Amino acid sequence: MLKQIEGSKAVAEAIALCRPEVISAYPITPQTHIVEDLSQIVKKGALGNCQYINVESEFAAMSCVIGASATGARAYTATSSQGLLFMAEAVYNASGMGLPIVMTLGNRAIGAPINIWNDHSDSMSMANSGWIQLHAETNQEAVDLHIIAFRLAEQLSVPVMVCMDGFILTHAYERVDIPTQEQVDNFLPKFEPVQMLDPDEPLTMGAMVGPEAFTEVRYLSHHKQLQALEVIPQLASEFEKQFGRKSGAMVDPYHTIDADTVVVSLGSINGTIKDTIDILREDRCSIGSVKLGAFRPFPLAELREALSGARRVIVVEKDVALGLGGIVASNVRMALRGTSTPVYTIIAGLGGRPIPSKSLDKAFRQAMDDDIEDPLFLDLNHEVIDRELARMKEQRRSGPVAENILREIGLVGHSPRKV
Amino acid sequence: MQQRVKYYQTGTFTVGNRLLDEEKRTVQATKERNNSLTCGHRACQGCGEALGARFAIDAAMNAVNNKLIAVNATGCLEVFSTPYPESSWRIPWIHSLFGNAPAVATGVAAALRARGETKTRVIAQGGDGGTVDIGFGCLSGMFERNDDVLYICYDNEAYMNTGVQRSSRTPPGARTATTPPVGEHPGNSYNQGKNPALIAMAHNIPYVATASVADLHDLEDKVEKAMSISGARYVHIHVPCPLGWGAKPSNTIRLARLAIETGLFPLFEAEDGEIVDTTPIRKQQPVDEYLKLQRRFAHILKDPLALETIQAMADRNISRFNLVREMEVTNNG
Amino acid sequence: MDKPFAITLDIESSYSNHTGSWRTERPVYIDRLPPCNDACPAGENIQGWLHEAEEGKYENAWRILVRDNPMPGVHGRVCYHPCENACNRQQIDSAVSIHAVERFLGDQALKHGWKVEAGKDSGKKVAIIGAGPSGLSAAWHLRLMGHQVVIFEAGPMAGGMMRFGIPKYRLPREVLDEEISRICDLGVEIKLNSKIDDIPALMDEGFDAVFVAIGAHVARRTDIPARDAGTILDAVSVLQNVETGDTPPLLGRRVIVYGGGNTAFDTARTAKRLGASETMIVYRRNQEQMPAHDFEMHEAVDEGIMVRWLSTIKEIDDTSYKIEKMRLNDEGWPEPTGEFETIEADTLILALGQTTDSSFLEKLDGVEVERNGVVKVDESMMTGFPGVFAGGDMVPADRTVTTATGHGKLAARNIDAWMRGEKWQAGDRHEIAGFKHINPWYYTDAPKKLQPVLDIARRQSTFTEVVKGLDEDNALFEARRCLSCGNCFECDNCYGMCPDNSVIKLGPGKGFEFNYDFCKGCGLCAAECPCGAITMIKEPE
Ligand SMILES: Cc1cc2nc3c(=O)[nH]c(=O)nc-3n(C[C@H](O)[C@H](O)[C@H](O)COP(=O)(O)OP(=O)(O)OC[C@H]3O[C@@H](n4cnc5c(N)ncnc54)[C@H](O)[C@@H]3O)c2cc1C
Ligand SMILES: Cc1ncc(C[n+]2csc(CCOP(=O)(O)OP(=O)(O)O)c2C)c(N)n1
Ligand code: SF4
Ligand code: SF4
Ligand SMILES: [Mg+2]
Repeated sequence: MLKQIEGSKAVAEAIALCRPEVISAYPITPQTHIVEDLSQIVKKGALGNCQYINVESEFAAMSCVIGASATGARAYTATSSQGLLFMAEAVYNASGMGLPIVMTLGNRAIGAPINIWNDHSDSMSMANSGWIQLHAETNQEAVDLHIIAFRLAEQLSVPVMVCMDGFILTHAYERVDIPTQEQVDNFLPKFEPVQMLDPDEPLTMGAMVGPEAFTEVRYLSHHKQLQALEVIPQLASEFEKQFGRKSGAMVDPYHTIDADTVVVSLGSINGTIKDTIDILREDRCSIGSVKLGAFRPFPLAELREALSGARRVIVVEKDVALGLGGIVASNVRMALRGTSTPVYTIIAGLGGRPIPSKSLDKAFRQAMDDDIEDPLFLDLNHEVIDRELARMKEQRRSGPVAENILREIGLVGHSPRKV
Repeated sequence: MQQRVKYYQTGTFTVGNRLLDEEKRTVQATKERNNSLTCGHRACQGCGEALGARFAIDAAMNAVNNKLIAVNATGCLEVFSTPYPESSWRIPWIHSLFGNAPAVATGVAAALRARGETKTRVIAQGGDGGTVDIGFGCLSGMFERNDDVLYICYDNEAYMNTGVQRSSRTPPGARTATTPPVGEHPGNSYNQGKNPALIAMAHNIPYVATASVADLHDLEDKVEKAMSISGARYVHIHVPCPLGWGAKPSNTIRLARLAIETGLFPLFEAEDGEIVDTTPIRKQQPVDEYLKLQRRFAHILKDPLALETIQAMADRNISRFNLVREMEVTNNG
Repeated sequence: MDKPFAITLDIESSYSNHTGSWRTERPVYIDRLPPCNDACPAGENIQGWLHEAEEGKYENAWRILVRDNPMPGVHGRVCYHPCENACNRQQIDSAVSIHAVERFLGDQALKHGWKVEAGKDSGKKVAIIGAGPSGLSAAWHLRLMGHQVVIFEAGPMAGGMMRFGIPKYRLPREVLDEEISRICDLGVEIKLNSKIDDIPALMDEGFDAVFVAIGAHVARRTDIPARDAGTILDAVSVLQNVETGDTPPLLGRRVIVYGGGNTAFDTARTAKRLGASETMIVYRRNQEQMPAHDFEMHEAVDEGIMVRWLSTIKEIDDTSYKIEKMRLNDEGWPEPTGEFETIEADTLILALGQTTDSSFLEKLDGVEVERNGVVKVDESMMTGFPGVFAGGDMVPADRTVTTATGHGKLAARNIDAWMRGEKWQAGDRHEIAGFKHINPWYYTDAPKKLQPVLDIARRQSTFTEVVKGLDEDNALFEARRCLSCGNCFECDNCYGMCPDNSVIKLGPGKGFEFNYDFCKGCGLCAAECPCGAITMIKEPE
């Protein structure tokens, strides 16, 4: 059913259609509306026996769904940013134990400085935790990905994080096609756990594993991610058959066939990128784009294939590996290893900074001339940076020793550092 | 508390007693006990925690018709019972993290409720560190929500699994790896301590109790009672650790007993936030009888001020919980 | 897909981890010797029969008891119960009232007519001289072994000093008679009024061995200068007279008993009951040195008997007795003070001890007789004359019913072996279960049950039994006060307290076993065994 609806609400309705049995969450912007809506749905009784647990922290939220999932319940939570870091230990734990939990991540920057706006630093921080990370471009895709996520998680016994950009998607009112219960039920069978806590068939979950088997345990987790590379496309095509629309592509190309330059990105920014490409192509620029539908598993082969005709690649990403550069870019380079295709990194949209098409246009043109800083911090205010760097340089200078000492003990003026 | 059977030579103090009515013997006395934590585990010789865990879980299993799921925090109990490839548990059991056992248990209970499995009950358990320190936020949350979980803390008064570091349950003066017996006030600081049972009571949860491996009947009664109640419950069990306390493995029960008899570990029970019963001391002992059997206190035995302070703590417990009083005796002899 | 590898495990898979290899010491179950058993002159397995009595299995208890002692009714009344002085429970509150439970069992047996069977006929024949406790006990044990037994008794009734010494108010004759007749029922023939003075002749009658148990009946006398002696009697004849005489002896209103032993007190109390309104015991030493037991003195004093310590009788002039006060010198011996006093009395009874008339034994080759007619025996109770054994008051030992009874048992075992040309070997003695082996915390506070006592008025005028027995509830209670020193009583502590579940419970009556595959040797079981029935030993290499 088509609805003009807030992204969060749409996702909440999609989650409800998946018939979760235990939901536990803790408020944090921009994810909050989803769990608020779900609490209403549960409280109204629309989800039967579903338990909605108001916990005291994200750590507890994740822990609670760990317990629920281990006891054979379909379990869901959602968080953002600081919340994800607060539950970090449990995030790793859920995947380590192979619990098919689904979590929505309303992507948001990580402090300090505290910032409630969108970027991808949070999901990137957990990229290697063993969770599958799917990224939605639109709210329609967010809705669809959640339905796919439960199926995927339960089929592989692996937790799935559905990432949607905070505010840009979570708070946006868009037209969304909410599927019917019947459709979802057809797609998503009842949860049948591979292992669960059951007095009739006791088992020990969460053993301590030493060097003699730890590598194997990790390899098997890695193997699950590789399996997901095959399962996700299968589910996407099954989804398309049942729901009549495409969702869940791992690699979604746009005008890549004849493009010398291909832009790679994750999530909602792909819309702006496509708009910019349209403008550039009108200008006869040979440019296209690829949207990554999943960051984990990372579709190395599929991406390599999609980028095989490109002479250069630009990665636009909303995160930064401080001291290195682009995180997504590094992964893309991995896909292109052995080729000489240059990969340029554009760090954009940090802490909610708007990413205007104009800025992208400019940066893409620079890249197409192979004359671009790498990484390029899009729309970085150089004036501010220069001033601040200058000031820092100033204050570090020690100056005449005697005068400094007198200043320190308060006889001459006062130490600016003591302010 | 009543000394229930005065008629028998050992009353109700031993594990069993062939003279006692079957139903008055402990679960541990029965051949049919579950041995929920069974042999082959890697706890140290004489480990009080291993003992306490079997006591408590067997009693709970007995009380709920073997329909039980346990969630375990990281710590000695978890490590010695489940190192790959061997598990010593005979119940459905899960270990997640050091500080989240109460929340995991909440999730387990929620799942059971969601699936309409009303018969299966949930226990969460951990050491004093996992409970009183790192897991305290989750514990308090679980209490406040009154989730249907019995939380059992095995208090051995330090972080044993990581090599005996101080926890907030480490007693004043005690030596640990992080409270060395050097300097002006050797050993752990003489602060006010932290009493999780009293804090649990402040949540007005239906049931809170302290228990000890040295008083099995009392322990089993309390666990059994806890299992007869729904909502959040807390049982805090004192479990001496020979390794961490520097004591002979054969002294585990004796130490736990002395902790009771000195007043240092008061046994009490509370319902809905009010103390309803305390277990009187049978034969009161001075604190040095307890301290002198433990190397962690060796440096304070000759420090009269330290001994006085610890005796004062014991005395305060005795008066606060009315621990020295006439036992009611039913005369059926 | 299967369960996740390594991080999910099968339950109880730790059974493959045999932690027994950690052990440097191992626990073992042992039986230590309870101090009561050790102290019992009759060698009773007290802890053993209390164990049965605790469960209310009185007949079983009695059967264990009479394996060592055929007369629990008697012993429960007159034994001085050294077992109770050794009882570990004294250090908790007070000793188990072992004698009271024994008496209860003895009385139950009489009430229900419990009997035992004699052993299979061995074809051997033993003569016993004297039907006191020692002779009767030997007879019982020999019959249990299947030997034929004839007892030759000089007196008109069986029982020895149990009848002619110990007064009725301490040992009612029905009890004595019934316990003796139970011995007779076993096929023991008692020939009364048959004084023996020629042992070789007796042996010629076809006896393979002889047990002599003639006691000590000859009253010791003392020389007191007497101008005009009044009535002077000896205690044993007075007591015997009370038992056998047609009329009670005439003692008068005022009686002095001279001596400080149990006999003196029995005599004084008997005199009181025969109508003497003023009965006084005169003894040359002080109370601490008196050989009589405190309880006897207290019972006597309660009944109005007066005691003069540190006093000797210097002279007698008809009914006037000149008494000299004594004092203790530095070595603790009494010495005269030169202070005198005169008291009036109708009768003086001498209670100065007895000696044995063993002249007929002296004639036998190899028999050694010591001072006062006491006959020497070796550790097998045999005199210097092969085949002639002796026990009871006539050999050097404590002169008590129980010692005599114990001698009877020991002699019987040795006679049995000797007749087969063997030597009886005592079993290995176990280590004594001392209080240090006990973990007292586990025992409930349980103050001793006191036996009821007859009111004073009736005690002063009748021979009714003074001290009553315990009723069943109280006897059971007393039995259950036993700590079961050194012997497992299946309290399940080891089974419950093992952190490694390494104690296997075998079921009621079968005890426990260690599972050394898993036992780490922590020693908690041994430390928490209430009764000291587990010990730790070095792990065998
Ligand atoms: C007044 C009194 C009170 C006592 N109270 C106690 C008490 O409370 N508790 C206690 O434990 N002990 C008590 N005793 C001591 C106890 O009675 C004796 O130690 C015990 O009876 C000794 O037993 P026996 O078998 O060796 O000798 P006896 O009991 O003396 O028996 C010897 C028997 O041999 C017979 N006899 C002797 N010579 C011959 C012979 N030549 N031929 C055939 N038969 C012969 C005698 O007639 C007698 O029946 C008491 C003693 C007395 C005198
Ligand atoms: C988050 C986290 N911090 C620290 C640890 C290390 N750690 C594991 S067990 C433990 C101490 C356990 O102490 P306690 O809970 O008292 O249990 P015990 O071992 O004494 O039984 C510590 C500090 C951990 N596993 N996780
Ligand atoms: S360190 Fe202490 S708590 Fe841990 S296994 Fe050893 S005895 Fe038990
Ligand atoms: S307590 Fe029992 S076994 Fe121990 S000495 Fe006393 S009667 Fe004998
Ligand atoms: Mg601890």
